[in-house]
Amino acid sequence: MAKRIDVSGLTAYYGSHKAIDDISMSVEPRSVTAFIGPSGCGKSTFLRTLNRMHEVTPGGRVEGKVLLDDENLYGSGVDPVAVRRTVGMVFQRPNPFPTMSIFDNVAAGLRLNGTYKKSDLKDIVEKSLKGANLWNEVKDRLGKPGSGLSGGQQQRLCIARAIAVEPQVLLMDEPCSALDPISTLAVEDLIGELKERFTIVIVTHNMQQAARVSDRTAFFNLAAVGQPGKLVEIDDTERIFSNPSVQATEDYISGRFG
Amino acid sequence: MNPQAPSTPDAPPLPPPPAAGPSPVSGKAVRPGDRIFLGLSRGSGITLLVVMAAIAAFLTYRSVLAISGDHANFFTTLDWNATGTEPRFGIAVLAFGTVVSALLAMVIAVPVAVGIALFISHYAPRRLASPLGYVIDLLAAVPSIIYGLWGALFLVPHLTGLYSWLDDYLGWTGIFSYSDGAARSLFTVGILLAIMILPIVTSVSREVFLQAPKMHEEAALALGATRWEVIRMSVLPFGRSGVISASMLGLGRALGETMAVATVLSPSFLISTSLLDPGGGTFAQNIAAKFSEADTFGQDALIASGLVLFVITLLVNGAARLIIARRKEYS
Amino acid sequence: MTDVMTDRRPLTGQPGDPLPVSLKQARLPRWSPPVIALVSAAAGCGIGLAAGLDSRIQWGLIAALLFIVGTYALAAAVEGRRQAKDRLATSLVWIAFLLAVIPLASLLWETVARGSKVLDGYFLSHSMGTLPDAMPGGGIYHAIIGTLEQVGLATLIAAPLGLFTAIYLVEYGRGRLAKVVTFFVDVMTGIPSIVAGLFVLSVWILILGFGPSGFAGSMALAILMMPVVVRSTEEMLKLVPNELREASLALGVPKWRTILKVVLPTSIGGITTGVMLAIARIAGETAPVMLLVWGAKTINSNPFEDAQQSLPLYVFQQWQQGSEASYDRAWAAALVLIAFVMVLNLVARGIARWKAPSTGR
Repeated sequence: MAKRIDVSGLTAYYGSHKAIDDISMSVEPRSVTAFIGPSGCGKSTFLRTLNRMHEVTPGGRVEGKVLLDDENLYGSGVDPVAVRRTVGMVFQRPNPFPTMSIFDNVAAGLRLNGTYKKSDLKDIVEKSLKGANLWNEVKDRLGKPGSGLSGGQQQRLCIARAIAVEPQVLLMDEPCSALDPISTLAVEDLIGELKERFTIVIVTHNMQQAARVSDRTAFFNLAAVGQPGKLVEIDDTERIFSNPSVQATEDYISGRFG
Repeated sequence: MNPQAPSTPDAPPLPPPPAAGPSPVSGKAVRPGDRIFLGLSRGSGITLLVVMAAIAAFLTYRSVLAISGDHANFFTTLDWNATGTEPRFGIAVLAFGTVVSALLAMVIAVPVAVGIALFISHYAPRRLASPLGYVIDLLAAVPSIIYGLWGALFLVPHLTGLYSWLDDYLGWTGIFSYSDGAARSLFTVGILLAIMILPIVTSVSREVFLQAPKMHEEAALALGATRWEVIRMSVLPFGRSGVISASMLGLGRALGETMAVATVLSPSFLISTSLLDPGGGTFAQNIAAKFSEADTFGQDALIASGLVLFVITLLVNGAARLIIARRKEYS
Repeated sequence: MTDVMTDRRPLTGQPGDPLPVSLKQARLPRWSPPVIALVSAAAGCGIGLAAGLDSRIQWGLIAALLFIVGTYALAAAVEGRRQAKDRLATSLVWIAFLLAVIPLASLLWETVARGSKVLDGYFLSHSMGTLPDAMPGGGIYHAIIGTLEQVGLATLIAAPLGLFTAIYLVEYGRGRLAKVVTFFVDVMTGIPSIVAGLFVLSVWILILGFGPSGFAGSMALAILMMPVVVRSTEEMLKLVPNELREASLALGVPKWRTILKVVLPTSIGGITTGVMLAIARIAGETAPVMLLVWGAKTINSNPFEDAQQSLPLYVFQQWQQGSEASYDRAWAAALVLIAFVMVLNLVARGIARWKAPSTGR
């Protein structure tokens, strides 16, 4: 189910602007890896290169390799659509399809990928909603529009939608930044459960969150405004927060800048 | 703007107050300047209402004169003879021609317009997209008489081949039977109207498609949707009501278009099942064609037909508004 | 690079195992769409020639059909159903675009090519006078005068009324009157131009007994212009941030001066654009002018008395004459009309762009 990610020499551009420069790292399967760093350091851009969403932005292009187990996402003949199906994504702001019901939102990805028997579809939707800890809250109103849910519920609906297609990896781009503290807690608990099944990469601005949910933490920084973002270091979360090997990391974590 | 006109007793002290008025605090609630300005703007609004009321009243008045002098049924008669002692005229042919040509125009134009709008908003290379949008906006401003001139002198001669071809293969349906001659038929009118409303429908639809929220497109992409699936899941549902209102705008123009029809159609007061053969007529075209020979009563008769056209366009616009309002409640 | 798993395509549509085995999908090569397009175009021409179809429209339709079917079939065979659908949508969108470009480009091309034939200084500076219709010569000076006067008068009526109505709706309108006005502005937008012409005809000519004149046409044009001005001005006034109004009111500036000195200057660029676009729209109206101004062959610079000419009506009447010489004149006048409308549009959009930053958006 979960796969390992090996990135080597990855550079991403917006047009002629280099957004991130020469990043290499590996992400272990069935673990949570958090990306932290000041705004504009390219951590979200980097995350979006992991499922080829970066190239959707006008002018976006990528150099380097991203290996999922042993397969290069940027190899020739690789279909970006298949990549995105294998590497799911949850966005900063909850974005359920407004014209679809809760059920249809969760089933949206499955319906794209072929014909399912009605009963199978129902089972998978239920399983996914349970997996996102949302089933009990919505089981009586699956036919209602997803936009009627609270922000936190919407975000868990989006997670259910992402895991319904059984991806190998789940990318989360600041999934809690638009949520209140209670919903944030619910999503963090969920992340803890989901890592049993998926490789999870999460971008966060909240350092306590990184410390709470992640096994490993990567710190990104940029030398100056206008310079490309770089990976400073990646290590076990515990180490990063107690005894990082680079001074800049310690400065950032202790709030001396950023 | 006009410093000495209405006095402003409690204006800020920067320009020296022109006259010592009552004390600022106890001043009257409405100053003369405000009263005049409010009067002007409210007056304009009321003028607009009066004009609308006058349009309805006078058209109805003249229409009643005409219809009461009609010696035949105004709604079912297949003839337009509004002179002499026993005038007989009716709008059946005009209603048929207007509705058929406008619907044809919609059937042709709306899918194509949605296609172009999607092309500009989601398919075209970025460097091409914005100049294209600009050109489409400019084309929407081309006067209809020019579409008419082009239709009569360029389009009509080029359609005869297509029509005999349609006749060869689909002639048996009756709708597409075509006996040779100039292609000055309702079908041609429909095609020309379609070309004419294409820019405006495209322009409005494109605007709506561009406003489709990026985050829903990304949601679809991240689920592994192809470009078409992204559009189907996130762009089209979002843009549906916009496309409907754009289409209605186009339909309104097609229904009321005069010159582009008058130049292209070879009119007759017959309802023919074949859309390719010359004949038929529309409200606006008939008014333009019959106006110069009409006496006062004849003009009243034409005004009566214009009133019917007015009511039809009102109904279309009303329906569009209803559809949009209901859609809004939904999402 | 790993090229091990070349052709283990995901088994889409299998409920049991929705997992793709590989990220690789067999794809049609990048050059395939243009090649299919070329082949279909060639086949379309070939079939057209072989079957002796004389209309190029048919050739194009056949080629388009072949392209759509060919792309779908090939993609379905190589890439699978979903990709084929995607390609089908792409090719339909492209064809819609080409389908529309051809007539619209032809319209512009014909107007320019045929219109430039007789368009010269003489044409612009002379009227038709007593020239027989079938004779070459003559010009549009009288029509230009007429159009400028009619459109100018219509603007004088409609622009202030529209502007103040919009101010009423945005700055004052709260009650039922505002709602009613908004509704009827919508209704008015939908009035066909010929109906506006019939209205003025029934009041001004049939009831009040006036003759045809440029002014009668202006009134009908004003009816068509008013709702457009109200709508665009309303939009622009709504863009003015409320903080600006409040800041001014908080300084003790009366409301009318706030509107005059703060709100209108902030939005003046957008309002100008809207008015100019409305002018461009009514400048091309033919039907009401035909009913109310009638058209003339000689110069009449008094818009309040007797028939006048106007550019769009001139185009129509020259087309009606049906001789080669009058067709040439119709095209030339059409070119002048298009140029006039386009220049208005371009200037209006230029103003909008130039003024845009100052609206504080």
